[in-house]
Amino acid sequence: MTDNIETDVVVIGAGPVGLFAVFELGLLDIKCHLIDILPKVGGQCAELYPEKPIYDIPGFPMVTGQGLVDNLLAQIEPFHPTFHLNEMVESVEPIGTAEAPLFRVKTAENGTTFICKALVIAAGGGSFQPKKPPIENIEAYEGTGVFYAVRHMQMFRNKRVLIVGGGDSALDWTVNLQPLAKRLTLLHRRDAFRAAPHTVEKMRNLVASGDMDLHLGQVTHLKGKSPVLEGVSIKKDDGSIVDVACDVLLPFFGLTMKLGPIADWGLNLHENLIPVDTEKFETSVPGIFAIGDINTYPGKLKLILSGFHEGALAAQKVHRYVYPDKKLLFQYTTSSTSLQKKLGVAA
Amino acid sequence: MGVIHVTDRTGKRHTLECIEGWRVMEIIRDWGLPIEGLCGGACECATCHVFVNEDWLGRLYPATDEEEDQLDTVVTRPTSRLSCQIIWTPELDGLELTLAPASG
Repeated sequence: MTDNIETDVVVIGAGPVGLFAVFELGLLDIKCHLIDILPKVGGQCAELYPEKPIYDIPGFPMVTGQGLVDNLLAQIEPFHPTFHLNEMVESVEPIGTAEAPLFRVKTAENGTTFICKALVIAAGGGSFQPKKPPIENIEAYEGTGVFYAVRHMQMFRNKRVLIVGGGDSALDWTVNLQPLAKRLTLLHRRDAFRAAPHTVEKMRNLVASGDMDLHLGQVTHLKGKSPVLEGVSIKKDDGSIVDVACDVLLPFFGLTMKLGPIADWGLNLHENLIPVDTEKFETSVPGIFAIGDINTYPGKLKLILSGFHEGALAAQKVHRYVYPDKKLLFQYTTSSTSLQKKLGVAA
Repeated sequence: MGVIHVTDRTGKRHTLECIEGWRVMEIIRDWGLPIEGLCGGACECATCHVFVNEDWLGRLYPATDEEEDQLDTVVTRPTSRLSCQIIWTPELDGLELTLAPASG
């Protein structure tokens, strides 16, 4: 993958606001590539609350997080956006001028490079990253004795593995790593698990047959000489403290959101938010726009509907960068045959 | 009207005036204390985790299964609760709690 992908706009974040920006840009003949760190589209709506009802989307008395995402995907389908999931934008390099901006955008994982005329940051609260438990000195062991994800199972062969958590990740990796590990221990705060019932049953059988250990409690501190982990101390339900020897600790505490590399792109920031104007939603760097929860301006409300509005206005200015010589004609989808053609609904 | 007492992560105790019907997370955030409340009170993120003073623990509505599921994603103590799941009423005048350490 050495070829650059050339496109009009790169949208960072495939949440509801990033998705709707594709629609508004698409109506103006602007092509988009979307990049998201999650393996699926939808952002917080899909990751945090897919089943939760939302009551303040105009025109929808009630829609679930996932329902909204599905509808947005159907709505932008005529514009065929390209999705790059499981990828995080690491660097943004301006290579144009203030009048004719151009950006080189690179992702971290497999290093895809994009060349685009405008960048729309719709990254919500930032990028989803594994939650790191607040255990003293845990950073000193990260990458050697502490891992928040499993990339290569072989790394854990013949190791004493301690998995912490009670959800699907914790239980899936418990049953998958148990055959490889020298000894596997699962630690959870209570004797109830949110994971798929058949996986929980598998784990219970492994415990019953003596092939792994289950402890109920919390990690209180790590033992070892960093970067070599030797074990952890656990405070159990009854208040007693036990030590468990282990070579690796895998905490699976779900995801949280961090601003991440956005802080390094030369944008003005205010308390981890990106200040924008309220006419074009452009940042301190011409050609870079910020819409949705990630931006701030006087009177900002963190509502999905605000993000939709911001995307529509940003698209107007993006059009001037992408088509500097074309006059933009304001049109309605109800009456414009040209817009209806783009949507594939022209009579 | 009434108050809650919140000890922040530096050990400083703050007395915050409350509004009936507000989530305790919202009260803490409104007064500008560092509580994240990422999901906005939907019981979906556990970034409003607090430790409730033991004397008060039994006077709160017990945690729902949904709250327990979220508490699985942080390092808890027996007094752990999510402050977005505690709705402030005058019976909670004087509620005493401590902000839990933020996840990294």
